[in-house]
Amino acid sequence: MSASTATVSAGSVWDRVKGYSPPSRFLPVIATLALFIGLFALGGVRYEGFSDPQVLLSLLIDNAFLIVLAVGMTFVILTGGIDLSVGSVVALSTMIAAKTLQMGWSPYLSMAAVLATGTLLGLLMGLLVHYFDIQPFIATLAGLFLARGLTYLISVESISISDPTFTKLAFKTVTFGDYYLRWTAIIALVTVAIAAYVLARTRFGRTVYAIGGNESSAMLMGLRVAFTKVGVYVISGFCASLGGLLFSFYILSGNSLHAIGTELDAIAAVVIGGTLLTGGRGYVVGSLLGVLVLGLIRVLISFDGTLSSYWIRIITGALLLVFVVVQRFATRRQP
Amino acid sequence: MPETATLTQRVLRHPLLWPVLALVVLLLINVVVKPNFFDIRMQDGHLYGNLVDIVRNSAPVLLVALGMTLVIATRGIDLSVGAIAAISAAVACTRIVGAGDEAALTTAVLACTYALAVCIVLGAWNGFLVSVVGIQPIIATLILMVAGRGISMAITDGQITTVRNGWFSDLASGYVLTLPLAFIIALGVFVLTAILTRRTALGMLIEAVGINPEASRLAGVRSRTIIWTVYAFSGFCAGVAGLVIAANTNSVNANSLGLWIELDAILAVVIGGTSLAGGRFSLTGTLVGALFIATLARTIPNIGIPSELNYLFKAVVVIAVCLLQSPKVRALFRVHRRGPSVPVLAKGSAA
Repeated sequence: MSASTATVSAGSVWDRVKGYSPPSRFLPVIATLALFIGLFALGGVRYEGFSDPQVLLSLLIDNAFLIVLAVGMTFVILTGGIDLSVGSVVALSTMIAAKTLQMGWSPYLSMAAVLATGTLLGLLMGLLVHYFDIQPFIATLAGLFLARGLTYLISVESISISDPTFTKLAFKTVTFGDYYLRWTAIIALVTVAIAAYVLARTRFGRTVYAIGGNESSAMLMGLRVAFTKVGVYVISGFCASLGGLLFSFYILSGNSLHAIGTELDAIAAVVIGGTLLTGGRGYVVGSLLGVLVLGLIRVLISFDGTLSSYWIRIITGALLLVFVVVQRFATRRQP
Repeated sequence: MPETATLTQRVLRHPLLWPVLALVVLLLINVVVKPNFFDIRMQDGHLYGNLVDIVRNSAPVLLVALGMTLVIATRGIDLSVGAIAAISAAVACTRIVGAGDEAALTTAVLACTYALAVCIVLGAWNGFLVSVVGIQPIIATLILMVAGRGISMAITDGQITTVRNGWFSDLASGYVLTLPLAFIIALGVFVLTAILTRRTALGMLIEAVGINPEASRLAGVRSRTIIWTVYAFSGFCAGVAGLVIAANTNSVNANSLGLWIELDAILAVVIGGTSLAGGRFSLTGTLVGALFIATLARTIPNIGIPSELNYLFKAVVVIAVCLLQSPKVRALFRVHRRGPSVPVLAKGSAA
């Protein structure tokens, strides 16, 4: 210990910078960050107006709901589970918001109803997973069907949101000089910050990693496995409904066809962000970067103009493949 | 006494009892609501009626579920089947449209063969990722699930491609021996799979790989080849299903074709009593499961509920089936229903 401090203090700042190698657990996140910067640089070189900071801020605004979904998904995947229901819960949230506002509820009451519904659905799925030993895949599959069915039950047709308070909230912006950010994006960033704090600094967060590492060991260590395992699905359900709320701010309508396949985007973002799908390793910041990488690809394609939108899916799939294969070989080397 | 279980005991213990009962109950509900539900009439040498429709509509799910059953038996899962179905339909339709003689039989046959070959390659790609690279099945097939619809749209150039080929549309609406051709095809694949797995050692080997991959490898089973084969087979089945779905509308919409069919197929497999933990599988159970899903889809509008609510009922079915299969719930029931002396007898009669 003392020897290493001595050598470090002896060298110049440049030596320290040169000799610094980040801990290997941060490598996936750094790889995603490098990918993001590389893509942004590519766009900046190729297209005029791409390097404008507002492009980055718009990226946050457009993907605010997906960021929140990915945060919830990160918790679930860190425990080794998966949540397929988030896309349907987003649709259900937009529908509940639209319907209750149409019925004349106060916007705040309506938001509370949305968040309560998502959290309750998450709780139900968590209970199914933990207490009845149903595989997360199947339990959340039931959640997917249930939420989509409830959405249709409320209304088969699209309902638009015209409540003045709600729309005012949706377009509220914060300006930094010439640039602006909507409140929805700030909520998403705050969610990331809170989630990062919970995972890194609280007992709950450490238990999440422990369960992902080895559930029976976590149980034998006397950690609160049941509470945490149900808890991550509650968090994911809450995040899904919060994401749904942000999505209704963004799109201002409730529709049972909203957000089909969004669960795949969220899972892809988490994987591209460097979280191990077997659980136990990963960071929320990585998921944020994963969403931004996916969003940037979308922006690049729209700037290009010659590529069709379906390339987004193909490129997402290819990125997913690269990250999964690299993860596979990276984890194989470690004991 | 315990060795020769009576007929009722054997029926009660049969794993297919619950799925078949559920199917019968569903059909009975239909008859109660509409007494003429079972009516089948003969017209122009074809059979028409609700039951015939159910049987025909069950074909795509049954096809996908057959491949899925084998994949699940090896402890895997194939999420990419919907995307593969979309790719298969896109390939076949663009080949037919691009051919010189659009309506010819050879055009249809060549296009379908080509599409199925592509699907087998895609399935083998999944198998490669799972068995050689060693990625978890959910993730390995998720890649193709995400990319597949994009690929399918790239093939059709993002358009809804419409085909005019009588032979091709016969895949969905044609009749052979008064029965819908789609169901005959599905049944053919079912029989073929059953013969291949139950009359040869293949079925046992698949179960061995599913129960314990490591032990079966040590016992000399080529688990890698088997895993590879089942994923390729699943790709093939999904391809056939994609063709049938496309033939039904004579067009391919890469965005919606086969959407969520993977979930329906998994549901059919689970209803049929095959455990998602791998190992023992039941093809007949899958057949019953697929018929159940098709019947459910028919029942809901029949009893006057909007058909969009189908999802709600599926959710209930998923939860109910899983709870019934869950060991904890079963233990709970056993304690409540019978005395503690019964397990001894049950053990004896099982031997």
